[in-house]
Amino acid sequence: MTSLPHGPSPKRLGLVIDLDTCVGCHACATSCKEWNASGHSAPLTDVNAYQAEQRGVWFNRVFTYEAGGCGADARTVHFPKNCLHCETPDCVTVCPTGASYKRAEDGIVLIDHDKCIGCKLCSWACPYGAREVDEVEGVMKKCTLCIDKIYNKNLPEAERVPACVSTCPVNARHFGDFNDPGSDVSRLTRERGGFDLMPETGCKPTSKYLPPRPGRRGPAAPTKPAERAAGEPTGLLRWVDRILSR
Amino acid sequence: MHPAASVILFTTASGAGYGLLLWLTLFALAGLAPMTSLFGLVGLSAALALITTGLLASTFHLGRPERAWRALTQWRSSWLAREGVAAIATYVVVGPFALGWVFLNRVDGPFAVCAALSGAMAALTVACTAMIYASLKPIRQWSHGWTAPVYLSLAAATGAILWVDLTLAFGAFRPAFGWLGVASMALAALAKLRYWRVIDNQAPRSTLASATGLSSFGAVRLLESPHTEENYVMREMGFRVARKHAAKLRRFVIAALFAIPLLALLGIALAAPPLVSALAAGLATLSAAAGVGAERWLFFAEATHVSTLYYGLPG
Repeated sequence: MTSLPHGPSPKRLGLVIDLDTCVGCHACATSCKEWNASGHSAPLTDVNAYQAEQRGVWFNRVFTYEAGGCGADARTVHFPKNCLHCETPDCVTVCPTGASYKRAEDGIVLIDHDKCIGCKLCSWACPYGAREVDEVEGVMKKCTLCIDKIYNKNLPEAERVPACVSTCPVNARHFGDFNDPGSDVSRLTRERGGFDLMPETGCKPTSKYLPPRPGRRGPAAPTKPAERAAGEPTGLLRWVDRILSR
Repeated sequence: MHPAASVILFTTASGAGYGLLLWLTLFALAGLAPMTSLFGLVGLSAALALITTGLLASTFHLGRPERAWRALTQWRSSWLAREGVAAIATYVVVGPFALGWVFLNRVDGPFAVCAALSGAMAALTVACTAMIYASLKPIRQWSHGWTAPVYLSLAAATGAILWVDLTLAFGAFRPAFGWLGVASMALAALAKLRYWRVIDNQAPRSTLASATGLSSFGAVRLLESPHTEENYVMREMGFRVARKHAAKLRRFVIAALFAIPLLALLGIALAAPPLVSALAAGLATLSAAAGVGAERWLFFAEATHVSTLYYGLPG
């Protein structure tokens, strides 16, 4: 059934991605690929994997943008992007077969790969480019929020989070229930001004992004030794002096 | 958007087929079509052959064509499913209409009901096809009020050319048919010119700044792509046609799809000698076929998708 579930779901699972702390290491993308190559979405195929014109299905892609002015004024922002598990996902309602659906219990948007005919219309309807075709399998694939991990009773409870979240070395990705005001994701969204990507699309993404903090941008530190005041320590001593002066 | 040959063939061939079917039902009901077995057989076969070729072609772009029947189930939410249901329903009502015409040479009583329903379903199917595109919000060149009029008027106009061909071949031509062709083609031209004006004057709804939410820092530009090779989204959604090629192709569409068929139909309507009429009809048909193919190719090639903003391409 590609009509959306009636009424609000008891849980609204999603991610919060912190653009302030992401270092652009692509660990989320590779960990996602590794986990999802088996389980619910398996296989996650590649074509020409070890030669030119490589192409394949990835659920998570890490972009890097430059925002603001030029040179020292510009700010580098690493930007991981995967399915946002929208409240009103157009990718679901356009599906002619019933393969795409939004789960009533937790709002996760999934594809039934046994029903998908690979017409690609869902990928045209998604403004975020979150759906990709698996050209070997002939069906569409997408982020499942690691449905086969977050509910997996064989894993210790602390590991029941999406692969991209558990692997992130800088804790830039958070997973939780947006319906629970006390959850990490709700609190971070509230406190850090979490925002929607392209709210103008009307898809109401569940997952949120946290903006980069303004940062401390005082006058540039003197770089040439000659500019420093006489008697000021240099080298290791200067570092010790700075630490002790805090 | 990537212009897939199968989808171009599907929308143009089935469009012309449904257009011809519409005129066959209307003129049969109006008593202006010859109620002979041969005319019914040739006319309806031509319409159904075009429709079926198109529908079969549309399954070629599927990853799993053997599951195509599943595409009929979600008519409550999906225009693609509605199109499938409408297409099947058209066959169901065309059946009795065709049997009545070909074997009994009559379109009265229940046959008339089936004829009327066939015409309505033909128009409805084309409208559903158009709505598949018009309902896609991420593609601004499609998601507006002129997409459906273009699809409907082009189906009617290309079907009208085939109707003129058919009646000329069977000696059943009336000048009114020629004028019908002129009027429907002129309407289609107006709709398409209007469509182009709309998409040329559109401001993109989203920018890289709104796509990333980083506008408070100033201008946003892509520094590093997520990968070195092109992925599915870039290949499917990131197709670009150079502006100068698009302009050239638009001129070709105006000439081949609109100007030449309009002049040819005008000549036929103004009672040209039979041989000249036949040549003009042939010219109009071939020219419109090439023109509508180019028109549909451009429909895809000129469309941009907001998701490509993330890759530093214009949305």
